[in-house]
Amino acid sequence: MSAIQPKVGEPPVSDELKLVQAAKAGDVGAFEELVRRYDRNVFRIAQHITQNREDAEDVVQDAFLKAYGNLNQFQGQSKFYTWLVRIAVNEALMKLRRRRPERMVSLDEDVKTEEDSLPREVADWSPNPEQQYSQAELRDILTRTIQGLPASFRTVFVLRDVEGLSTEETAEALDLSIPAVKSRLLRARLQLRERLSRYFQKRESADGRPKHESGDANQ
Amino acid sequence: MKCAEFLQELTNYLDGVIDDRTKAELEDHLAWCHNCYVVCDTTKKTIEIYRDSQLYELPDDLRTRLRTAIVSKCQAKKKTGPERV
Repeated sequence: MSAIQPKVGEPPVSDELKLVQAAKAGDVGAFEELVRRYDRNVFRIAQHITQNREDAEDVVQDAFLKAYGNLNQFQGQSKFYTWLVRIAVNEALMKLRRRRPERMVSLDEDVKTEEDSLPREVADWSPNPEQQYSQAELRDILTRTIQGLPASFRTVFVLRDVEGLSTEETAEALDLSIPAVKSRLLRARLQLRERLSRYFQKRESADGRPKHESGDANQ
Repeated sequence: MKCAEFLQELTNYLDGVIDDRTKAELEDHLAWCHNCYVVCDTTKKTIEIYRDSQLYELPDDLRTRLRTAIVSKCQAKKKTGPERV
């Protein structure tokens, strides 16, 4: 089995540094180019964390404005994107805490769940599981499934596997150690896999519906 | 190698950050352990499905609106001087 292929198409870092330097010198157009480059990523990350569209819109604005206001503190040791993600994750977590004050939301949350044990559901999946569902159904399944993960697992998975940050960049953006990132990533991947198996496993029934139709992926 | 040991290395294996010797041990395990093969294969599919899913795409009109708001606030900040944080 081959390893996962990394995402391609990242713009060169030197070009990005020039934009940052121009923005620091007062060129708002250069900063606008940085916004164009990363607004989609910031929006996705924010919505994955906050699980709320309006909050995600606010996070995009607040994160870029905070980055602009603090550009002088960006020293260039890390990529601008990693620095920006760090700001955006913090803004998103603040929104989440505001909406759910009853729950402590922290990236330090190292949740032990029953699902940490060995996988229980080892039935193989259909060859093209995503094609069993319409795009809207698939999106709904994927959204509900990932929303069921603790925020700390969800965030690591999104940065590493959806946005394609390296383990080191994820650790830097979330202020976590590399072993903590790896441990959360493994558990997030296994839990998502386990939950998706309810929908994607090979099945005997002819009606094309999962056996656990009423099962709540968020439990 | 036991299944629990295999799972501990699964993330490194899928990310391709593993030495040749451990990789050979993992692939030897995969060759005879069907359950771990399925877990490994479906975990890989899980990652690929999420990566390709385009969940939460930013619609063009909203994107333009947000960018316009950000740029105009940056312009305003530029006039009033740097933010004190």
